[in-house]
Amino acid sequence: MVMEIVCPAGTPAALRTAVQAGAHTIYCGFADETNARNFPGLNFSREEMAEGVAFAHAHGAKVLVAINTFPRAGAETLWHAAVADAEAAGADAVILADLGLLAHAARHHPGLRRHLSVQAAAANADAINFYGREFGVRRVVLPRVLSVSEIAAINAETGVETEVFVFGGLCVMAEGRCSLSSWATGESPNMNGVCSPASHVKYREEGGALSSTLGGFTINRVAAGKPAPYPTLCKGVFRAGTAEGHLFEDPVSLDAAALMPALRDAGVTALKIEGRQRSRAYVGQVVRAFRAAVDALEAGREVPSGLLTRLTEGGATTTGAYKKTWR
Amino acid sequence: MPQDTAPTIPRVPPALAAALGLLPRTPVALALERTVRRIAVAHPGLIRRLGPHDRARFVLDPTDLPFVICLEPNGGDVRVGVCGRPGQGTTRIAGPLAALLGLVHGAYDGDALFFSRDLVIEGDTAAALALRNAVDDAEIDLSGEIARLSGPFAGPVRRLAGVAERMTGVSLSRPEEIGAW
Amino acid sequence: MELTVGPNPFFWSADDWQSFYDRLAEAPVARVVLGELVCSKRLPFYAARLPAAVERLTAAGKTVALTSLALVTLPRERKATAELAEAGAEVEVNDLTALSHLPEGAGFTVGPLVNVYNEGTLAWLAARGATRICLPPELPLASVETLARAAAGHGVAIEVWGHGRAPLAISGRCYHARLHGRAKDNCLFACEDDPDGLEVRTLDDTAFLAMNGVQTLSAATLSAVHQVEALKAAGVASLRLSPQSQGFDEVCRIWHARLAGGMDGEAAAGALEALVPGGRLADGFLTGARGTDWSAGAPA
Repeated sequence: MVMEIVCPAGTPAALRTAVQAGAHTIYCGFADETNARNFPGLNFSREEMAEGVAFAHAHGAKVLVAINTFPRAGAETLWHAAVADAEAAGADAVILADLGLLAHAARHHPGLRRHLSVQAAAANADAINFYGREFGVRRVVLPRVLSVSEIAAINAETGVETEVFVFGGLCVMAEGRCSLSSWATGESPNMNGVCSPASHVKYREEGGALSSTLGGFTINRVAAGKPAPYPTLCKGVFRAGTAEGHLFEDPVSLDAAALMPALRDAGVTALKIEGRQRSRAYVGQVVRAFRAAVDALEAGREVPSGLLTRLTEGGATTTGAYKKTWR
Repeated sequence: MPQDTAPTIPRVPPALAAALGLLPRTPVALALERTVRRIAVAHPGLIRRLGPHDRARFVLDPTDLPFVICLEPNGGDVRVGVCGRPGQGTTRIAGPLAALLGLVHGAYDGDALFFSRDLVIEGDTAAALALRNAVDDAEIDLSGEIARLSGPFAGPVRRLAGVAERMTGVSLSRPEEIGAW
Repeated sequence: MELTVGPNPFFWSADDWQSFYDRLAEAPVARVVLGELVCSKRLPFYAARLPAAVERLTAAGKTVALTSLALVTLPRERKATAELAEAGAEVEVNDLTALSHLPEGAGFTVGPLVNVYNEGTLAWLAARGATRICLPPELPLASVETLARAAAGHGVAIEVWGHGRAPLAISGRCYHARLHGRAKDNCLFACEDDPDGLEVRTLDDTAFLAMNGVQTLSAATLSAVHQVEALKAAGVASLRLSPQSQGFDEVCRIWHARLAGGMDGEAAAGALEALVPGGRLADGFLTGARGTDWSAGAPA
């Protein structure tokens, strides 16, 4: 089985770019708080979603719709409508995280394939099988806390397909279980689909040094000429005791291209590229590189790597939790 | 990982930039305004994607040119001005002309330019992000837009575009985005 | 409204651990949740003392529940989670892995680290056997009110975070170990010197977070001391007090007085500020613009 490349699209233009660059599958979301990349200027209207799905299907690609925030009490109908509209648009699956929404989708949209979002943080075979049993979940996006050998062990114990992140931004916290952003800004991935939202970010250039503040907290200061990071809390510079530095995570992003053979051997079904907030230029380059890599892998050739460094945060990459020493 | 894998963004040579500074600003601004208005009409998604930021005032600052461009979407009734630094606005997006053009054309990735410090954002970060994402989705073909220009203002803008294209190495036509599949 | 003492999130010596629960037996609280929430490597240090602590608390009239781990990945963690379900005690589910082991229809409680944000999730958990749900601290008061109303219809008791450094994140990586240049598997228990977590400051030296091994907490102590009346009116059944290493007996007494009407919000807040690590309270998740806000500091 060829591993499926699952690519991000923040806009219809990015979706078309990804399809034309060879993506097997695209994931995207509606332009509201129902998805975890609810950023200014991004995402799909209902019409754009239907057109995007039609375009992808015409080119033999699939579309997954992420509805992976946690519905707000008293406003669940917004999320229920998103599931219904994804089905109406012809989506191949929805990516969900919330128990109540999973139950709703399983009951009211039984024919719509359900994937479990990384936001559900199902990190072992017991939890994954539980979602499979209770809600008919067919695929799980694994949290970025597992090593390759742990992923292999999970696949040996479950019939639910696994999808893992191979490239892009890296959450250091278990996703769906982090309120750092709402602590500082009032808006969080779980509730609002945003982390460290741009509306609360301020940059200041002082003598060549770039300071970034989030909600008034200074979370970074980089000298002139040094790479700038995203103003994400968990990648900020902090002090503890006498230490100062990136106490949680360095401003790096994930590049597990070199681990693709190991991930295939671990039984992984799909490889996911992060970056619905990135441009179509990024999507095109990354998708082409990863499609070439899976094709090389399939043909028994060596997988090229390191081609995408300049697109990455800090110009630096990590293999993250896939190697145990990261912990 | 080494930083030198990043492509160097070309700069407009200072002498040429100085010469461009002598262009009359009002006609340039009016020509740009006509172009942007036509783009906004052709790509209604552009204004819609700005959402709550469609009344922001964007200062686009090509750091290698002696002026800045002030863009006001104004809910669809677009206004464009050309003025000296720093220019007043809700948000400032600053970088070499080639970087700004590359963003419009989908040749460059905005986040990558930000990581490498080729792009600097000040002020309302959300508004800047909305504009970048809206423009990225619109797949604007500036050379086509400029070719369509007519009237008394067409001359200076064509001149500016020609300079930009030659000196920055950034094509004003959309780069080939379709892979060899 | 009653008081529940949540599981101790920190790594204390077995003696300190035991003396904390010995004293808690005398405290004016109705329920105690104990066991290991944060790191499975800590449990062996006090596991042998758990049964006696449970017995003592039960004998003192407290309802006792045992927590699951917050993040279950390793084989030994899965095994421990499965065994927890078979132990016969009331289980507080803080990772859905625990729920996967509980037989259909068996009662259980849901801890604050399970994402219960809406009525649909609440209804599903209630149907599965949840009898009590402690809501995630991130929720605003409006959501708490909506969920408390929905819970009443399902016969589920709603609990809200009342006091303690807020659990903001859990990770596969141990930050204490990272700070000491070690990997998690060879951490040498770098967290043991920080019985209330290690304060993390911003570059402007503002106290911001607290690291606690694989967990990240708020530096300020989350306190619902000003929202007691609103939460009572909403039908919230109990408030959760999360352990701190010093002065916790006094914390329990203050909260008891606050709930019984013997102390107003301002007096209780003043008394608590003097007791909490770092000396700062916050209640922005419930009523502010953001978590770190404190309503007493906001303009009227």
